[in-house]
Formats: sequence, structure tokens, C-alpha cells
Amino acid sequence: MTWRDAAVPLAIFALLAIAPFAGFGQGHSLTLLARAMIFGMAAISLSLIVGGAGLVSLGHAAMLGVGAYTVVVLDHARITEGWMVVPIAIAASAAFAAVTGAIAIRTSGVHFIMITLAFGQMAFFATSSLALYGGDDGYTLYSRTELFGTRALEGRLFFHFTCLALLILCWALVQALLASRFGRVLRAARENETRARAVGFEPYRYRLVAYAIAGAIGGLAGVLLANGTEFVAPAYVTWQRSGDLLFMVILGGAAGPHGALMGALAFILVEEWLAHVTEHWRLIFGPLLILCVYYMRGGIAGLLRRG
Amino acid sequence: MLLELRHLRKAFGGLVGTDDVSLDLRQGEIHALIGPNGAGKTTLIHQISGTLAPDSGQVVFAGEDVTRLSLARRARRGLARSFQITSIVPGFSALENVALAVQARSGSSFRFFRPAGNEATLNGQAMEALAEVGLERRAAVPASVLSHGEKRQLELAIALAMRPRLLLLDEPLAGTGAEEAERLMRILGGLRARYGILLIEHDMPAVFALADRISVLAQGRVIASGTREEIRANPIVRDAYLGEDEAA
Ligand SMILES: Nc1ncnc2c1ncn2[C@@H]1O[C@H](COP(=O)(O)OP(=O)(O)OP(=O)(O)O)[C@@H](O)[C@H]1O
Ligand SMILES: [Mg+2]
Repeated sequence: MTWRDAAVPLAIFALLAIAPFAGFGQGHSLTLLARAMIFGMAAISLSLIVGGAGLVSLGHAAMLGVGAYTVVVLDHARITEGWMVVPIAIAASAAFAAVTGAIAIRTSGVHFIMITLAFGQMAFFATSSLALYGGDDGYTLYSRTELFGTRALEGRLFFHFTCLALLILCWALVQALLASRFGRVLRAARENETRARAVGFEPYRYRLVAYAIAGAIGGLAGVLLANGTEFVAPAYVTWQRSGDLLFMVILGGAAGPHGALMGALAFILVEEWLAHVTEHWRLIFGPLLILCVYYMRGGIAGLLRRG
Repeated sequence: MLLELRHLRKAFGGLVGTDDVSLDLRQGEIHALIGPNGAGKTTLIHQISGTLAPDSGQVVFAGEDVTRLSLARRARRGLARSFQITSIVPGFSALENVALAVQARSGSSFRFFRPAGNEATLNGQAMEALAEVGLERRAAVPASVLSHGEKRQLELAIALAMRPRLLLLDEPLAGTGAEEAERLMRILGGLRARYGILLIEHDMPAVFALADRISVLAQGRVIASGTREEIRANPIVRDAYLGEDEAA
């Protein structure tokens, strides 16, 4: 990692840290920033699969969905203690990723996209049919996840900094993974799979572990998402949501986690701003995304590197 | 015997790849495989290395039947190969390309936190392999910007870094300049003592200078196999493949 690569994310983290004290402290702003950070985490985890392993997944929202619905299931059972909820949610989403990944990673390219999409749709229909948890209508949490029995997460500032801390943690984790022995094998197999095999690596195992780790981080993002809105619905698991995540990664430039981070923040903020300007914002947002992909090879990260 | 091939057959639809090829190779020997374009030489290397599965026949490596093992498993057993079309990781530096090969035989690669680029043992051994092919001064250069000849050297360094027992080299001299070819030949000659080498090469002077034994492949079949002198004297080979001047 060069200093230039680290400078931008560090600046972003610093801005996010001072934002509540610099005019973005009201409820609406904080909600928006939390949403941006949570999707930043999700996009970072997806970038491990897309940028790290070279596998384009169109089912990543399901990972967030498993995390969010774990909160729901436990909430319904009146289990809200964070030291239970968070590990269980992470384990559940990692397990979901490992099982679906074990099948999906046997394929590549378009087939991989289709299989991940199919698993995502299965997750969507599964959540829609959970009558106990509100089915299509969704489920409103009794309470946010507790920390050592306290309701600290209900404090807006506390929640803001929890999201920020976890975002930084995930970014650092993915950054370290990519630079490690493990990441080196992933990257080599992405660029030249035959070469990786010819020196003795079976890429499948490494990709599967990467997929499970991405699922785990996605699940953690799902826990935060559920807590941020205190409400969970199948809409969290739609393929459009997966597409949004993929767009964030591509928009940022799939080179590494900092690209995904920038992509997610830009996506959420532009979306919000456009929605303010006109109710037909989707008509503008769609073509805008296409133009971005078309003209910005290497995404936002690439743009900064050149600039 | 380091390598024994028994009746290897491979067809692509109706097209013959290899047709009942049986060969063997001893430790410390350079066995050259020659033959016209499309004879099946690369197809044979694919089957030995595990890139392609044969339709029938066996590959026995160091006494073990490896016919059903994957490319990666055979690599870990000590089978290293180069590719006719250079195969490197373009986004890695020359050093990291070689370090990847060192890493493959140096403990688990399921290590997640320590930066691999800082591992002195990996880098040190990778540097040795680069030095062996004369590429140490280009270690930090991205592999994608190396010259064609340097890429061939790099691929050889990757193979050496695997510390293999057998090297399968598919036209290592192809497309290199005269100077680079000479250097590569010197290196190959020097490697003979430590490895078995199966060498595919179109450069006849190089083949006759390096090889202990030569087999000639045509339309997927071994039409002759023997020492340099035997192959030079073989009338079928002279007609089928060698130009008169080359055989002279
Ligand atoms: N994947 C494939 N699919 C179909 N046919 C193939 C395939 N690979 C090789 N062939 C055919 O098999 C035959 C042997 O090819 P091979 O590449 O082994 O020849 P070669 O001896 O290495 O030739 P060259 O000296 O040109 O490299 C050729 O007729 C080739 O067209
Ligand atoms: Mg060939």
C-alpha cells in the first residue's frame, strides 16, 4: 500500500469523525452518514471478492440480509445482548457464504454472477415467507442491540462512532488480508489462474475462504443496518441492493478496499442529494452511473491516482 | 526412473494430440522433444504437468502414478513447467512472481495478517532464483514491462524457485534474441546436474548442444528416440523433420 492509497481513506475517516461536530450533527445527517458507513463496510467486503478474488457477485445483499435477520430472530427471542448477537450474526453470514460459495466458486464469469444472483433471490424469497418475522412487511425491532446490557447504541453519536470504528476495522482488515500470503495467492489467481496452479496453489480454497470472510463482514454490516433503522425487511435482500453494492465497488475502482469505500460514500451521498433535487432522481442516477463506469476506468480511485 | 510415460493418448474431437506416447526420463538428464508444428509436443507437456487429462495412459513421476492428480498437486510433488506462451502474473513485480513460487512450498499460505512482501525468507530465496537466471537487477520491475526475453527468464526463475525435481520447458528460447538465447542455454546446461529436464525446442543447434537424448514426435507419435548421434543418423528423422544441413 502506498501513502497515496492510504491518504485518501484516512482523510475520509477523519472527516467522518469530525462531521457530527461540523454541521452534520442533526438526526437526519447522522442517519445518512451511518447509512453511508454501513454500505461502505458492505462494499469493502464485496471488494474482497470482486477486486481481490476477481469474482463478480450479484448476491452480496444476502450476506447483509443474513446478518440483519439474525438480529430479528434473536430479537424475537428477546436476545439483544451484543456479545451474543454480533458473533452469532457473523457466524451465520459466514456459514451462509461458505455453503453458497462452495457451490458458486466452482464456476466463474457469467455463471458465477448467475449463481450468486440465484442464491440472493433464494434468500429474498425465504425472508419474504418468514411470517413470524413480518414476511413482506418486515419486522420492527423491540430494541437496538445492547452492549453489556446498556442501551448505548441508541445514542446517536455513539452509534455514529461505532459504525466508524467498525468501518475502519474492516478497511484495515481487508487491506491486511490482501497484502498477506493469503491475499497474494488470491491476487495471483485473479490475474493468472494457471500460473497460480502451476506453482502449486488450488485457487478454489483461497477463494472460498475469501468469500466466507466477505460474508462475515457483510453480516456485521447487516447487524448495523438493522440497528440503524430498527427495522428489517426483505427489501434489504433484493438483487437491486446487490447491484447497488456492486456498483459502489466498480464506481470506486475495484483495486482495493479504499476504492470500494469511496464508491459507497459517493453512491449514498449522490443518491441522497439527487433525491432532494427531484423525485425523478432515478432517471438521472442510472445514466450517471453508466457514464461513470464508461469514462472512469479504475473508478474514483483511478481518478485520484491520475489527478 | 524420474518420469515414465505409458501409452498417453489424447484426441481433440477427431484431431490427434498425442497417439500412444511412451517415454522415460532419468534424473540429471536433458531429454529433448522435437517435431514439426502441431506434432503434439505441447499437448504432451500438458498431460505430464496435469494441465490436460489424457484419454488413456499413465504418467508415473518418481515411482508414483500421478495421472489423476491436479496441476497444483503435481507442482507440489516437484513437477515444474514453463509455458510456450509465457505465463506470469503481470501485475506482480518480478520478485513477487518468484516469491509466490517460494511461498507455495514454504509452509501454509493461509496466513492472513503479516504482509507477505516483508517476509525476508521468501524474498531471499526468490532473489536467489532471479540471480540464477541473471534477472536480479530487474527484481522490482513490474513483470508486465519486462522484455520478452526477460519474461522467459522470469518464467524459468519461477520454475527454479519451486525447487522441482523435473522441469518441463516448452520452447524456452522461442522469441528471444541471440544474446538472451545464449544466456538461457548456458543456464539450462548448468541446471542439468540438479534436475531432470524435458525440453521442447525448435532451435536445432541448441537441442543438439544440450540434449542427452532426443525424441522425435510427428502427428502425435514418437517416430524416433535415442542419443544425439542416433537421431542425427536416423534416415526417417532426416526425411521427416531435420533439414539436411542441420543433420549434417
Ligand atoms: N485445446 C485444443 N483443442 C483442439 N485442438 C487442439 C488443442 N490443443 C492442441 N490441439 C491440436 O492438437 C495438435 C497438437 O498440438 P500441439 O499444440 O500439442 O502441437 P505442438 O507440437 O506443440 O506444436 P508447436 O510446435 O506449434 O507448438 C494440433 O493439431 C493442434 O491443433
Ligand atoms: Mg507447442
